[in-house]
Formats: sequence, structure tokens, C-alpha cells
Amino acid sequence: MIEVKNLYKSFDDKQVLKDISTVFEDGKTNLIIGQSGSGKTVLMKNLVGLLTPTSGHILYDGRDFVAMTKREKIAMRREMGMIFQAAALFDSMTVLENVMFPLDMFSAMNLRERQKRAMDCLDRVNLVGAEQKFPGEISGGMQKRVAIARAIVMNPKYLFCDEPNSGLDPKTSLVIDDLLHGITREFGMTTIINTHDMNSVMGIGENIIFIYEGHKEWQGQSHEIMESTNQRLTDFIFASNLQKKMREAVIANGIKI
Amino acid sequence: MGLLRKWLTTFGRYLILMGRTFSVPERMRMFWKQYVKEMSQLGVDSIGIVLLISFFIGAVICIQMKVNIESPWMPRWVAGYTTREIMLLEFSSSIMCLILAGKVGSNIASELGTMRVTQQIDALDIMGVNSACYLILPKILGLLTLMPFLVIFSSAMGIVGAYFTAFGMHIITPDDLTLGLQHAFIPWFMWMSIIKSLFFAFIITSVPAYFGYTVEGGSVNVGKASTDAVVSSSVLILFSDVFLTQLLS
Repeated sequence: MIEVKNLYKSFDDKQVLKDISTVFEDGKTNLIIGQSGSGKTVLMKNLVGLLTPTSGHILYDGRDFVAMTKREKIAMRREMGMIFQAAALFDSMTVLENVMFPLDMFSAMNLRERQKRAMDCLDRVNLVGAEQKFPGEISGGMQKRVAIARAIVMNPKYLFCDEPNSGLDPKTSLVIDDLLHGITREFGMTTIINTHDMNSVMGIGENIIFIYEGHKEWQGQSHEIMESTNQRLTDFIFASNLQKKMREAVIANGIKI
Repeated sequence: MGLLRKWLTTFGRYLILMGRTFSVPERMRMFWKQYVKEMSQLGVDSIGIVLLISFFIGAVICIQMKVNIESPWMPRWVAGYTTREIMLLEFSSSIMCLILAGKVGSNIASELGTMRVTQQIDALDIMGVNSACYLILPKILGLLTLMPFLVIFSSAMGIVGAYFTAFGMHIITPDDLTLGLQHAFIPWFMWMSIIKSLFFAFIITSVPAYFGYTVEGGSVNVGKASTDAVVSSSVLILFSDVFLTQLLS
């Protein structure tokens, strides 16, 4: 479980995160949603330690990440996996080498065991056959799947995904969503996904946090969004006329999602 | 005052980065792999350009010395002697390193800069890898290892270039050239050249690594960092050349 308590982050005079307190639950797909520039990515970067909060606490199973020493943070990071918006695969390495990299760095396995583990992860993301290709030779969706395989190869307790569907077509986005949700269930990880993809919100969101201008505006589950009276949330989620009409129809007909 | 503060801030950040770079690698197996790769990429791949430039500079120096210094009062071997001294004392260490600052420096800055803007360095950090040590240390040690060989190859090729003017262009007789090349040879000059080049190799790798590693923004900034890296390392090579020459002479 990851607990965020009174988190503030500012850059010079600009306050980006204001008093964020929330809990990301174990074994669930936690979603952080919000408009571009609302502070989602800054919140995630604070959670993984790429940024240091101005004040507040981030507790990983009760251990305060902010107060940890550099050495403790490095050890803690080995329990984390992260999928970046642009996949962030190493260009000079093949798909297999990318997935094997964390094992090469930190595991005590021999080469055959490392290769087997990496191939198992590639199999899990349906990428067997592409292991000798370089990142530049595969599609954006495949790159994301390689990034997922690399993120889970060390069996992390916490999985962070920064807009995993950005730049992907709706069908591929659904594949990535299903994969992330399935992996979360399978390995009992705490998964946190930054997104503004509404299909993801309604499809896999088990615990949703809506960030508005740097503060937590709303938190709940996907089925609660339909009935929510929070104007800022409904304006964000049901931004288009089609979505507004769909919501009205769902509420009018008493359809459960 | 503002400029001084900016310079001091940059220098401080550079020292912090070097502090992170010079730490024990997490996994020696991975370090050796990177080290061999960097020796090949930064050192072995530079041999061609070093040999090419050294050959022609050696030839040109020999021609210039013969044409411009020749007089009845000068011994005929003086062109060979000055060619050797220039190649050994300045060209093969300082000027060659200035050339490498352009080739190797821009390569390092753009590689690390691209890794930074595409979040590959963030990915390493998230995994718990000391990204500075993993990426920069093999580059510094790789070029430091191969630099003495590049200096020796450059000096030797400069002399081959000088012989080309003797045998191919008949500017000077091979006997006069040989006599000049052997005249009053001081072995310490060879060591001096190698010692200087080691300092320059450190500048050529660490300064561009700093500029690349600390890039913020996008591709435009990567290009700017690459230019800044080449300019800064070239200026530092020139400054340190003055001090090292004074110190080692």
C-alpha cells in the first residue's frame, strides 16, 4: 500500500501540488486522472523519487520514502517498475537485452536463467518472436509491451505507468489496459497509472484519483463516476457532447457499468 | 557577478556529477561490457581520422619547414627535426585532442542528451542503477585507456607523412629527414605528450558527458548541449595545455 500524506511540490514560486493525501491500494489498478498540466506527472515523479516533495510524506507499506537516505531509496527502487510515456527503451539494445537489463544488473541468476525469465515476460506480453529486434524496428504498441515486460521482470511490488496509452490507437490501448490490469491481478502489485484515456478510466480503474489544478478533487471507483455530482469531474470525464448524452442515457435507463 | 555565479554553479554541478560517476559499479560484469564497448566506440573508431589527419599534417609541416626555414646557415636536417618536435610536443597530444573533442565530445553529449530527453536515464534511475556511473565512467576510462595509443599512432603517422614528402615529392632527401628525426631526441617528450593527452582525454569525455547528462527540454537543447560541449572542452584543452606544458617542460 502506498500512502501519500499532505504532499506539496512547488517549482520556484509556482505551487504544482497542493496538499495531496491519498491511498493507493495493494493489488488494485489505481488511476490518477486530470487535465494536462494538472500535476499528474509531477505527483508520479514524486512517488518514484525523480522529484523531491517540498513537504509531505510518501509511505510505502509504512516506510517513509521522502525521509530515506540515498542508499535506502536505491534499494526501495528495486521494488518498483515503471513504464514511461515514450516507453524509454534503450535504443542500443535488442528487445531481449532491454528486458534482461534489470536482471543483468541486480539478479544472481546465470545467463540461461536470465534469458528464460526475460522470455517468460515477453511471452506474457505476447512478444515472443520479436526478441532480437531493436526498439526502432517495432511499433509503438510493441514498444509499450516491451516496457511492461521490462518493468515486471524483477517482480516489482509497485508498478507505475505514465500515460501508457499515449500515442496508441484505441484497440492497442485496450490491449495495453488489459495487460496492465491482468498483470496487477496476477502478481498482486500496487499499480498506479497516469492517464486521461476515458476507456482506461471506465475499463480498468478500481481506485480513481482526480487531480484538479494540483489538488485532489475527487476519489472513488469507476462506477461512481456516472453518478458523481462533482462538476469539475463530470466536465473532465464527459467533455464531448456524445459522452454527455451517453451519461444521460445511462442514468435515465438505470444501466449499471 | 552573474556570469561568475553561473560558472561556479556549473562547476559545482560538474563536480557533483563526477562524484556520482566515480563510484563502484553495481555489477562489474556490466561495467566491463560497457568499458569494452566504449573503448571501441570512442577510441578504436577514432584511429582512422587520427591517422589521416596526422599523415597530412606531418607532410605539410615538413614541406613548410623545408620551404620557409631553408637557408645556407641552417643544417639540412632541420626540417626533419622541427617536424618531429612539432608532432611530438603539440600536434599528437593537444591538436589531435582538439580534433577528438569535436568528434568524441559531440558524440557523447548528443548520446547522453538523447537518452535524457527520451527518459532512458530516468528509467535507469528508477531501476536503482547509478546512471552516471553506468553511462559515464566507462566512457572516461575507455578513452583514457586508448589515448596513449592514439598519441603514439599519431606521432608515427606524422613521421610517415614527412617521409612521403621525401620519397614521393622529393622535398627533402630521406637521409636528411632521418638525420633530423633522430637529432637530439629526448624520450621525456614522448611521455610528456602522453601525460598531456591523458588530461585532455578526461576533459573530452567528462565535460561533454556533463552537458549531455544535464540536458533539459527537447532535441533543440540536445543540439545546443552538443555545441556547448565541444566549445567548452576545446577551450579547457587550450587553457590546460598552457599550464601542463609549463609544468612538464
